[in-house]
Amino acid sequence: MSFDVNEYYSNLNSDDVLIAYKGNVTSELISNVLEVIEARMDDYSETSRIRKKVYNVLVESLQNLYHHIDILPPETRKGFDEKFGILVVSREESRYRISTGNFIESEKVPQLKGKIDKINSMNAEELKDMYKFILNHQRLSKKGGGGLGLVDIARKTGNQLDYSFHEYNADYAFFNLDVYIDY
Amino acid sequence: MEPLLIEGTAKTPTVKFDAKDGVIEIKGRSIPENSIEFYKPLVDWLDEYSATPLGLTQVNVQLEYFNTSSSKCILDVFKKLEAIHKGKNEVIINWHYEEDDEDMLEAGEDYESIIRVPFKMIEIVE
Repeated sequence: MSFDVNEYYSNLNSDDVLIAYKGNVTSELISNVLEVIEARMDDYSETSRIRKKVYNVLVESLQNLYHHIDILPPETRKGFDEKFGILVVSREESRYRISTGNFIESEKVPQLKGKIDKINSMNAEELKDMYKFILNHQRLSKKGGGGLGLVDIARKTGNQLDYSFHEYNADYAFFNLDVYIDY
Repeated sequence: MEPLLIEGTAKTPTVKFDAKDGVIEIKGRSIPENSIEFYKPLVDWLDEYSATPLGLTQVNVQLEYFNTSSSKCILDVFKKLEAIHKGKNEVIINWHYEEDDEDMLEAGEDYESIIRVPFKMIEIVE
């Protein structure tokens, strides 16, 4: 049976949720989410250090979605928006969790998995070197992506990137990424 | 040479580049989805300025947030400044960060290690 995105979303959407969204990921959506999260963090009177970390990591997570969502062909889309993605930000007992999800072409899975595994195997010093190398040697894509988002997230959170891939059909998978920021 | 003045928005910084006094400022937030478009006029302005720069160019960078898409464009801006510095004109980059924002300080140190221009790290105490 194919992976049930909606059920997965409802499971995520429990606990102390600051924001939960599924649908088109556009530039306007990103602006709105950031505005909501800034206001919600004020409610928790979080230190500015944590507020900044959450904000920064959220920006990268959302813009990763924005740049890397693969569009399902209309015949297999089954009611999903064209640039469908999910986002849930929750505040758990000692950490914030930012969960994102998006469709990706199955053939891209091994490369992305390899990249995340590599990042997860690195210590802070190695991540810093990798960041500086990519910053200095890789050009921005036309869309403005720089291949730095995941490295930056790993550096700023100091935590492993939790991920899973779920088969959606023969050509597409659903990619879920959970990022944690300790507070 | 005309100054470059850009009002800040929720996703883009305030920019003030003034050739008359050699002061270059970038302040606020830089988190656009695609930063190339935003930074192109800044890089172009510096290209023109670098033909006849002042003896001292002072650069003030005071960013609250910037995303990884901007980080490469900021490096491009700094590379233009590095070229001015190489041409025997003084350039100093004042990198401002808020007192508990170690990520922003570290970001400044990353640039300092890549770009051959003197940096001054300035802590903003509230």
